[in-house]
Order: sequence, then structure tokens, then C-alpha cells
Amino acid sequence: MGRVDGIELVGVTKRFGSVEVIANLDLRIEAGEFLVVLGPSGCGKSTALRMIAGLEPVTEGRIRIAGRDVTQLAPGARGVAMVFQHYALYPHMTVYDNLAFGMRNVGVAPDAIDRRIHDAARVLELAPYLARRPAQLSGGQRQRVAIGRALVKEPVAFLFDEPLSNLDAGLRARTRVELARLHHRLKTTMVFVTHDQAEAMTLATRLAVMNRGKIEQIGSPMEIYRRPATRFVAGFLGTPAMNFLPVDRMPAVNGHVVVKLRDGTVLATAIDDQDVAASDQLTLGVRAESVTLECGERGGGRAEVTAGGRAEVTAGGRAEVIARGRAEVIERLGDRTLAHVVLADGSMVVAQAQRETSVAVGEIVGLAFETAPLQLFDGAGSAYHAR
Amino acid sequence: MATSQSIIAPEAIAPAARGGARLTELPAPGEGRWTNGLFVLPFLVVYLLLLVIPLVYGWWLSLHDADLLSGTREFVGLGNYVELWRDPIFLGTVRNTFVFVVMTTPAFVILGLALALALNRPGRLAAALRATFFGASVLSVTVVTLVWRLVMMPDLGLFANLWRKLGGGPVQPLSIEGVSLAVVAVVTIWWIIGFPMMLFLAGLQQIPAELYEAAALDNAGRWRTFVAITLPSLRRTVALVIAIEVVLQFQLFGQAWLLTLGGPNNSSRPIVQFIYEKGFREWRLGYSAAAAQVLFALMLLGVAVQMWIVRRREAA
Repeated sequence: MGRVDGIELVGVTKRFGSVEVIANLDLRIEAGEFLVVLGPSGCGKSTALRMIAGLEPVTEGRIRIAGRDVTQLAPGARGVAMVFQHYALYPHMTVYDNLAFGMRNVGVAPDAIDRRIHDAARVLELAPYLARRPAQLSGGQRQRVAIGRALVKEPVAFLFDEPLSNLDAGLRARTRVELARLHHRLKTTMVFVTHDQAEAMTLATRLAVMNRGKIEQIGSPMEIYRRPATRFVAGFLGTPAMNFLPVDRMPAVNGHVVVKLRDGTVLATAIDDQDVAASDQLTLGVRAESVTLECGERGGGRAEVTAGGRAEVTAGGRAEVIARGRAEVIERLGDRTLAHVVLADGSMVVAQAQRETSVAVGEIVGLAFETAPLQLFDGAGSAYHAR
Repeated sequence: MATSQSIIAPEAIAPAARGGARLTELPAPGEGRWTNGLFVLPFLVVYLLLLVIPLVYGWWLSLHDADLLSGTREFVGLGNYVELWRDPIFLGTVRNTFVFVVMTTPAFVILGLALALALNRPGRLAAALRATFFGASVLSVTVVTLVWRLVMMPDLGLFANLWRKLGGGPVQPLSIEGVSLAVVAVVTIWWIIGFPMMLFLAGLQQIPAELYEAAALDNAGRWRTFVAITLPSLRRTVALVIAIEVVLQFQLFGQAWLLTLGGPNNSSRPIVQFIYEKGFREWRLGYSAAAAQVLFALMLLGVAVQMWIVRRREAA
């Protein structure tokens, strides 16, 4: 087989009447990659997928699949297969006929149809159910049939429209792993739309975060998690959501930005002072995992919450800053414990406590910030990271 | 903090707990009380009075030679049925009714579905047409037949005019043997086609759009999609429309009575007209009741056969 290009969207715009759902979208999906499009409901991610599938006409722009312009082609002629959110199995057909339908429509020879169906049934463990109707299957089995129906068509690309959202949590996790394995085996292009960040993080070889009809950031899952390009991306990815604290800028130290929280705590970041434009309204972003809860001697005690923390700048540039606050909620999740801490100015910070911590609600605690992961966002939502 | 504590204050829980204690005094599920039966009593009374008793009484009456005029009643066993079997006029009405059902029911299914497919779309025009088609079935049979009698009027009617334009001579379709029943069928279809159309529209709207999208991705053309997706999804609706129409059209009376009076030469006389004439023109109640029982049996048979076909196809 020759080189197969992936999917390319060039300047794709979608309007429903006067409502612009997607504006001038450019996206290149490489052959063989597992691209997950992540975004909140109504961000246009499903519409984008449906335009690739041909189920939604494109208002402006071109779509190319495997080097061929498919913008005006019927869905069936694009060589893609789609797995729907509600499975969309043909209820009056057996599993076998569900899988065979598409191949029969394009005149695949019956023995080839039979071979492909049995191959797919083996991979997806559907063999015992081939004679059953969808109504006689469980949700997970139906989902596997839906995947099988896509598989037997041997498509250029698989399109998934939130296919796991109807499964219960355990099954969702298992199917996620199965999908990852399937992609590893087939190495076919897969485009997967979801609003579930766990799915996005685990499945994607590349992740695109969409918001309001635009792609906010595209990159590897860890890259997006570590270095979100915008405040939206930073807030959308990660559980619990990133802490955002309004800050004032202080004179730089060692060429790095120094900020002051509204409770008076001064924090040195590892962000280059020259990167951040002057007169910006700045917000500090820090994930719970980078804020550690200190109780007992170092942080807590019986002292009232006071304004102003101490900065201890160590030789390695790693600063540990203790801010003080009162623990309002303790979330014991089993594998980790999170504390919601209210600072003196009333702002809330979610911090990670020791797993077996004995911290109690209402206790005064200290917060230690890791310096390297600290991020700043300007008024327009753009992010600044340590280099 | 204070507010969150007050949510679970003991005073707030106490009344709920007391209510819970009272709940346990209720009888366990399945432990019935005879008084519960009172809830179905109104239905049962109406059902017995207006359905079961007349049905049984009708059957009982059909075994008698009951004359309403002289007030005599004599048990004749199956005598009335034997007479019906030998009555060429009755056999003619059975044939007419059967032909009528065979003419109308498929038309209701095919035309109703075709209209539903054509009008199952958004837009004002489709909505207006849906309302128009359904609107006709709201009219009473008298109005409908009046309109059609005007259409079919000799020389002056719409049909006669059209026929003349096409080069035909003077014609009176309602007076031609074999045609008059067909006209009654056409009028009936025109009258209530909106009802099966509505049932089919409801059926079509039940089919998830995703199925059609999946079919589009599966390279199914329009005809293939219709045969492989739409029709199988509407199987129950088709069965429902057939069952309703078979039962309804076997009871043909008003249109035939008002358009043709059963003529010419009994060629459009339906069973119900026979029942009416025997019972309330000739006052032979027993004979009339026997004919009604035959009609009932025919309808039951028709629906049973149709149900059997549907079940068998579903099992296949």
C-alpha cells in the first residue's frame, strides 16, 4: 500500500442559519494517529466530526481524506466508518446482518463478507452473539457490535462520536483500554470526540482541545496538561480543576516574575520576566498536585490566618512558599486526599494533602507551592510558562 | 458553616422518621384488600353493560326467530345461520364487504405511508398539507358523501365534466354495477386517509435519525434505506393500520347508504346495511342478529389472520 495521507480540514466553517458553530477551522490529522477532540458540550466538536463523515454539509472550506477532496462526497463514498453515541445499530437485523449491511451495499463477495465478519467477531469477542438482535445484547456488547460494524468496512479512518458515554464507569474504562489496543493493532487513523478528559488523556496520541468552535490547543496529552496554551485549556483539563488566583506583579527577582497573592503571599515563579507583557491583569494558575498541604509545626498551629507568607528561595531555584489558610473541605479519595483551603482574602485553593493526613475541617494550615509548574495567564487568557 | 449544619439538624429529620414508621403499617405488596377491586368496578360495569351483555344477548337472539312487529319469539337453533347461508343477497353483501376491505385496506397502507413519507419534513407547506389531509377525516360522513354526490352528479358534476373533456360520453359511475362500490371505496379513502397518514408519521418520527446516518455511511441508497431501514422499523405501525382499517372497513355503512343505497342491483350493499334492513326495516331481529354475528366472526378472522402473519414474520 502506498503512502496514505490522513484527514485534512482547510478553512472549514459551519453555520446553522446565522449561527456560526465552527469558524475557519484548520486541522491536519496524520495517518495512523489517534486524535482525540476534547471540549465542552456545544463547542462544535461533534459537528466537526460529522462534517468529516459527510453527515453535515460544510458551509465553507475543504475536507480531504487520504489526499482526496471529499467535501462534496456522500458519507458512504468517503471511506470512513463511524461509531455513534447511541450505537445506531439496525434493530431488526441480527448482529451478523448489522455487520454485513455496509459490505453488501458495495457488493463485497459473500465469502469475503463472511470472513471479515468472523475476523471482527473474534477480535471483539462477538462470535457467540452473531445470530442475536441488538435488543438481546447488553450495552457493552452493542458498543462492540457498533465498533465491529466500523471494523469490517476496513475504513481509511474511524470516527468516534462520544461512543463510551452510554456505558457505566467500569465498562467505559475497559472499553477505553480495548480501543487503545485496537488502535495499536490496526494503526488506522482514528478521530475520537469526547467531553471526558480521562478518555482524552488515555486514548490520544494527539489531543485537540476545542472551545466555541475553535481549536484552543493541539498537542500530546501531557504537553497540554503541563503547558496549557490558554486559561480555558488549563481549566478544562485536570481533576480537580486548576486553581486560579488573581495576583499583582512585583519587581522581578533573578529575571523571573514575582507575584503577590491577594492575601499578601509573595510567590517567585520560574517564568521569564521578559515573556510577560507589562500592564497585564495576571492570574496565577497552579494545579492541586503542585500545592502541598502542611499542617502541624510548619504550617498550622493555632495562629490566626495572617497576611503575608515567607519565601524561602533555595539554591536550585525551587521556592517553597507557605501561605496560610483554613481547611474548609477535606476530600479523601482513597489514592489521595484533597483539601479545599480558604486564604485570608477569601480565595479558595485546592491542595494535595498527605494521603493519611489527620487534618480536620476548620484547622489552620499552610500551603507550599512548587515553583516550576506555576503558570500565569493574562487578561486575554494566554498562558505563560517557565521555559 | 452554620447554615450547612442546620441542614442536617435533628429537628428536621424527626418528622420524616415518624412518617417512615407509619409507612411500615401499610400491607406488604401483594397482600391485597378486596376494597382495591372497587377501582376497576366502574370500568367493569360499563364493560359488562355495554359490551359483554349485548354481545351474549345478540348471540342468544341470533338463535331465535324474533319478530319485533308481532312481538313473537321462537327458538330456532342455527336456523337463521342456515337461512343466511342460502340467502343470495346476504352472500352478496359478504362478497361486497370483503371486496371493499380488500380495495381500501392496502390503499390505506400504501397511500398513507406514501403521504407520510412525503410530508415527514419541516416547513409550512408540509404542515399545511398534513393538516389538510387529516382535516378531511374530521368531516362527518354526511358532508363527505354530499360533496362526492355533487362531484358524481350526472352531466353537471365535476367528474362528468372531466370525463367529457377527456372525450367520454354521459356517465353515472354510481349507477354502474361493479363501479359504484369502487366509487364508495375511493370516497372512503379520500375521507379518512389522514388517519393512517398520521399513524405513519408518528411511526416515522420514532425512527432515530442516527439509523439513517449509519445507513448513509453504509452506502445504502434511498430505495435500499427505505426497504432495509424504514419499512422494517414501521412493521408494527403497518400491522396497526391494517388491524384498524380491517375492523373499520368491515363495518362500511354510511357511505354506501348515502351514495348508492346498496345499488345498483345490490352490487354495493354491505353487510351492515343488510343487518340494518333486516332488523329495522323488516323487523326480523333474530335474522339480523345472526348476520351481525357473521360480521363479527369475519372481522375477528381478518384481524387474527393478519396478526398471525405479522407474528410469523417477526419470528422469521
